[in-house]
Amino acid sequence: MAESKPNKPDDKTILIMANQFLSVLPHCQALGMSIVSADQSGVTVELPWSEEIVGNMETGVIHSGVVTTLMDTTCGISTVAALPAPEACPTLDLRIDHMTTPEPHKSLFATVEAYRVTRNIVFTRCTAWQESPDHPIAHAVGTFMRLGKLLPGKMGGRKKQGEEKESSSES
Amino acid sequence: MSLEHAVKLARESGQLDQLIENIPYAKMIGVKGQLVGDEALFLLPPSKANIGNPILPAIHGGVIGGFMETAAALHLLLFMNQPKIPAIIDFSIDYLRSGQLRDTFAECQLHRQGRRVANVSVTAWQSHRDVPIATGRVHFRL
Repeated sequence: MAESKPNKPDDKTILIMANQFLSVLPHCQALGMSIVSADQSGVTVELPWSEEIVGNMETGVIHSGVVTTLMDTTCGISTVAALPAPEACPTLDLRIDHMTTPEPHKSLFATVEAYRVTRNIVFTRCTAWQESPDHPIAHAVGTFMRLGKLLPGKMGGRKKQGEEKESSSES
Repeated sequence: MSLEHAVKLARESGQLDQLIENIPYAKMIGVKGQLVGDEALFLLPPSKANIGNPILPAIHGGVIGGFMETAAALHLLLFMNQPKIPAIIDFSIDYLRSGQLRDTFAECQLHRQGRRVANVSVTAWQSHRDVPIATGRVHFRL
């Protein structure tokens, strides 16, 4: 992995890191996802159509759950393009609007921009499309928690059971 | 088998295998479901192909989301009068804990079924029902 830099990594480094990120995710490999582009402006990932990800056998349209996976993954990858050095960034929440039904037998693309980075949070927005990003199939916003380079225990060590209140003033 | 027949069969037998058989994606990630009394309970057994984080290891957040969306759609199918595959309008998910590589359960609540739109909430958990790993809410167009 690239060493820590004060600002965003350069485009070449971002592309390498994005490919590394995707290559270690077994489920994304199973779905055949691949990086189309990754640079400082954002990340685009392709999901090929296949029979096993279909949600409706009559129409051949893919299941909305795969769209969720594509968008969650692409939003997650965009954090490497937005942060000075790679960090573990679990998803806090994700909201997806399905504007229209994707066409069967065609790849689905997701293009993401990490539009705001704070000390604790990365805010991302994502468009899923087939023919052109100007004709979106779905739109998503995803919020990611920065855990820093350190400890994997931080996320697990959250509030105790029963303490329902979520802090929204993280940033 | 027609959808109506599969739903009828599922309601009678309490087994959702036949319904899930009609959804290739649900089969791929390994969703199972059962009616327990009048409640539908969904299960996602651990599978290496569903891993997102290989170091922890943890289930991919997208798979947890896909599982919850499937659960919500099947729940709606089981409890609506005229079974028809619902189309998703939007989905919102909050991730509360990482999903370990073990059985994941989900149950749903149909908060409102109007003429055109239904609102379903979903909770996913692993060790205890009251320690959710994710909560979600789905709007479906009927």
